[in-house]
Amino acid sequence: MLNNTFIIPLLPLFAFIVIVFFTRWKEKLSAGISISMTAIGWVLSIITMIQVVTHQGEHAVRIEQAFDIINFTGFRLELGTLLDPLTAVMLIVVTTVALMVQIYSLGYMHGDPRFSRYYAYLSLFTFSMLGLVVANNFFEIFIFWELVGLTSYLLIGFWFEKKSASDAGKKAFITTKVGDLGFLLGLLIMGMTLGTFNYGEVFGLVEAGAISGGLLTLMAIGIFCGAVGKSAQFPLHVWLPDAMEGPTPVSALIHAATMVAAGVFLVARCMTIFIASPEAAMTVAWIGLITAFMAASIALVQNDIKRVLAYSTLSQLGYMIMALGLAGFTAGTFHLMTHAFFKALLFLGAGSVIHAVHTNNIQEMGGLSSKMKTTAMTFIIASLSISGIFPLSGFWSKDEIIASAHNHPFFMVIALLVAFMTAFYMFRLCFLTFFGAPRDQEKYDHAHESPKSMTMPLVFLAVLSVCAGWVGIPWLKHGFSSVVYHGHPHHVEANILLMIISSLVAVSGIALAYLMYYKKSISAEAMGRRFQPIYKLLYNKYYIDEIYDAVIIQPIYWTARSLWRFDAGIIDGLVNLHATVTIWLSKVKYWIDVYIVDGIVNGLGLVTGAASSVLRLIQSGRLAHYLLVILFGLIVIGFLASSNLLNWAFLEVGIH
Amino acid sequence: MSYSYPLLSYIVFMPLLGLLVILFLNKEKHSTIRWVSVFFSFVTMILTLILLKDYNWTTHEMQFVEMHQWIPALNAQYFMGVDGISVPMLLLTSLLSLIAIVISFNITKRVKEYFVFFLLLECGMLGVFVSLDFLLFYFFWEVMLVPMYFLIGVWGGARREYAAIKFFLYTLFGSIFMLVAILVLYFASEPHTLNMLEMTKLGPSFSHGIQVFTFAFFFIAFAIKVPVWPFHTWLPDAHVEAPTAISIILAAVLLKMGTYGMLRISWPMLPEGIRYFSVPIVILGVIAIIYGALVSMAQKDLKKLVAYSSVSHMGYCMVALGAYTSVKALAGCMFQMISHGLITGAMFLLVGVLYDRAHTREIAAFGGIGKKLPVYTALMVMFSMASLGLPGMSGFISEFMIFIGAFPSYPILVGISILGVVLTAAYILRMVQRVFLGEFDTAKWGGLTEINAREVLAVAPLGLLTLFIGIYPKPLNELMRATLENIVMLMAR
Repeated sequence: MLNNTFIIPLLPLFAFIVIVFFTRWKEKLSAGISISMTAIGWVLSIITMIQVVTHQGEHAVRIEQAFDIINFTGFRLELGTLLDPLTAVMLIVVTTVALMVQIYSLGYMHGDPRFSRYYAYLSLFTFSMLGLVVANNFFEIFIFWELVGLTSYLLIGFWFEKKSASDAGKKAFITTKVGDLGFLLGLLIMGMTLGTFNYGEVFGLVEAGAISGGLLTLMAIGIFCGAVGKSAQFPLHVWLPDAMEGPTPVSALIHAATMVAAGVFLVARCMTIFIASPEAAMTVAWIGLITAFMAASIALVQNDIKRVLAYSTLSQLGYMIMALGLAGFTAGTFHLMTHAFFKALLFLGAGSVIHAVHTNNIQEMGGLSSKMKTTAMTFIIASLSISGIFPLSGFWSKDEIIASAHNHPFFMVIALLVAFMTAFYMFRLCFLTFFGAPRDQEKYDHAHESPKSMTMPLVFLAVLSVCAGWVGIPWLKHGFSSVVYHGHPHHVEANILLMIISSLVAVSGIALAYLMYYKKSISAEAMGRRFQPIYKLLYNKYYIDEIYDAVIIQPIYWTARSLWRFDAGIIDGLVNLHATVTIWLSKVKYWIDVYIVDGIVNGLGLVTGAASSVLRLIQSGRLAHYLLVILFGLIVIGFLASSNLLNWAFLEVGIH
Repeated sequence: MSYSYPLLSYIVFMPLLGLLVILFLNKEKHSTIRWVSVFFSFVTMILTLILLKDYNWTTHEMQFVEMHQWIPALNAQYFMGVDGISVPMLLLTSLLSLIAIVISFNITKRVKEYFVFFLLLECGMLGVFVSLDFLLFYFFWEVMLVPMYFLIGVWGGARREYAAIKFFLYTLFGSIFMLVAILVLYFASEPHTLNMLEMTKLGPSFSHGIQVFTFAFFFIAFAIKVPVWPFHTWLPDAHVEAPTAISIILAAVLLKMGTYGMLRISWPMLPEGIRYFSVPIVILGVIAIIYGALVSMAQKDLKKLVAYSSVSHMGYCMVALGAYTSVKALAGCMFQMISHGLITGAMFLLVGVLYDRAHTREIAAFGGIGKKLPVYTALMVMFSMASLGLPGMSGFISEFMIFIGAFPSYPILVGISILGVVLTAAYILRMVQRVFLGEFDTAKWGGLTEINAREVLAVAPLGLLTLFIGIYPKPLNELMRATLENIVMLMAR
């Protein structure tokens, strides 16, 4: 499999083409093709992973294949594949989640009038995402980077009759595009200074110091802007919560597990560049930290189950970005993997709940655990995992993240605070959704467990949420860090003290949620009243959307309207004025002709009747005739102008 | 290099032969007239494909050359030939003409005259791209104007006469400048020549003053055609009033004549001129990109929106042309010319399809069309994405090449112009949302019918080519490579 990586992305592309052109009228068949292609890709990814892990040799596997698409002397653009451990991990993550989501969607999207189209879009997304992870150069990753953006747009706005959905799709596309401007700028600097986009060549040149100083920092930050947009980091995070308008399985696949992790993947890929530029790396770390904290704080008070999860995703992505900024390559990618599984599970669980009660509002839920046992169980497992409870996946990866901040006490404190908030809001969600008395009896009565096609993926992902992290247990001899590493393989030291502290933090977060939302010994309402300004600030997401609307969006619309008036009024006005003046001048000339020149001629008695009848024809008032007059006038002007200019030109020639 | 038979003459005059045949047909036989037009434009396209097959991709030398004495007194020749920048334009012209003819089947007013004018137009356009003699070039350049004037003025919309006159006079105004520039070069050259290749050799020997002056005059003529901001206001009027097929031709071919003229004539011929004016040209390009995108955003009429998007998209070409030292930028310019031809041609075609059914183009009048017309919507969304430069489509390749090529020379200006990418995304997505997404008004638009097979067939080649060039641009790149590298060398003289 190692030499045929390109097959994996092409499988879902094939499914997309077949569905669009041949099977879109047959819903079951379309879904079947999409799922089977992804399943084959999943098996191939596992085979690839096994081969990568069992590879013998001094260095990790690194297989590159490419062909040119543009070729000028000294400049090439290529498409190709690069297989290394990072790619292999991403292949597993993407195909696993994609497969689970596609199976789950059989139940969730059942009866939707655009069922086949949904699977076509999912296949297109899977293709683009796999293309993104196997790319061997920056030009190619940029292509797939934009394509995942397109499919994200299409899927967010899948139920396009809803204004909020089409708004959210548009917002996602444009906001990430803003980040991509930075990415493009980074690529332009790369093209200008290094003359290549190939990963290997670029990193080699960066290490050799072919680019340095301000340009290097600018290039690194430019590339990072792309990650900020795609991974919804502050200040471009605003699109992700709105993206929850899409079908919930889409949120699980694209807006939790894979596409939003692409930014993290990109930064991980470019580790060499960020190591070469400490300023850029510090920027990365700060942005990650700010996002992690800000998003977690907003998640504390939201009432929409998907939005809480969306802010949680932002926060966890911030974690990964922060770790990468602090050179925690293994930590960042490890958390990317574990997070993909438990966050996909959380979203799919939320989808199962929404499917049952037809509302996103956790204030209208409650007590659902008795009716939806599998959903509740798996959701709680995922919540424990994300909170970092021993020995679930999240525990191991989150610990590595926090450990990567060991030289930066401030980062570590904030990271622990975020861990506390995470445990709290996740269990606030669990208690409000699954426990206590039903707050909306009618919805509760209607609720039922979801069909097998939906619960099976939940169980599968729950197993991964528990076990996937075990590959990274510090005491393991051939664990995650001995395969996926930057530079040289290093062994992660187990930091027992840190493990105890972070576990205590997580448990206390859960305990607080338990007291507030299960025992109700602390009143949530009273807290809200007591910290009214903070509560309002958080509830309104720091008013960032409102600020953007007032400072950026409205001024752009205003400028657009003003320029349009300017164009129609001034620029075109000048053109029309010119025409009017010409017509007016020709009328004057005509008047002179008739009354003065002709008058004199008449006075001399030399004009024949024929001549005046010709003149009368000209004065017909018809536009076409005036046109002729204008034309004639122009030619005369042109001739006069040219003869003068010709004189000048000849003088020039003469001088030479 | 010459060829066993005068292929270029066949190509240029094949539509004229069709015109003659139609003249002898009964004007009531609409169907025959249509199919005869299709036949002759199809043959023309086949001939251009033969040209492509026998074209030698490895050299920049003129090929398929035909040279005969024409007006000995002026030393004017019937001189034709093609190289790596004219072959793609010929292919584009013959393909788009065929498509435009197919899409003109719904013309019912004065059918015979319509197709006569159309074939004359096609002849003129093809002639421009093969002429290597100034007089011949100028002749074809002007020949094209007349049928265009009538096609807009007779078969156009409500304000057709205004738009037609505006187009005609504006272009003619530019042509006068071109004529003056040609005359100056003619009299400056010794012996007097109208041969473009000779003139290209002589170019750098002219004084700085002559080069700068003639460059400026040529520029005005070509800039009006492109159109370069601020000479662009004829374009929205002409587009909005012209019938669908003519809008397609205007966008896909006529605008390209401006940039083609720059690449063929003023740029390589007058290197001092381009060196002198390069910065202002890039600035005009950047203004066009940003300004065109913003003005598009404010449009209420679908066709006008696409028209202003052309202004914006052609701005990228000007940025590329200003970065004349970079073969990447020039390749990007050529890619953009072809890509814009395909994409905007298709956009106008599709807008026309909707207009035929809805009899309005007002964006606000629609909503939720995607529910009723899924195939039409899919096509329109695809070309909208192509228009906003989505990777995998030709527009992305061209924009990327232009940015990569121009960035080292003009980092700040290119930095500003990439803002256009976001603005383009904004106005395109806003349009898509307001027309195709949202609630569908069954009472109002329940009677809309899906795009028909003929229309799909007409737009399909454009879609396939857009994708092909976007995914695998190498063939086009190889076709133009030798010529573009040579042009960069000529400008470095």
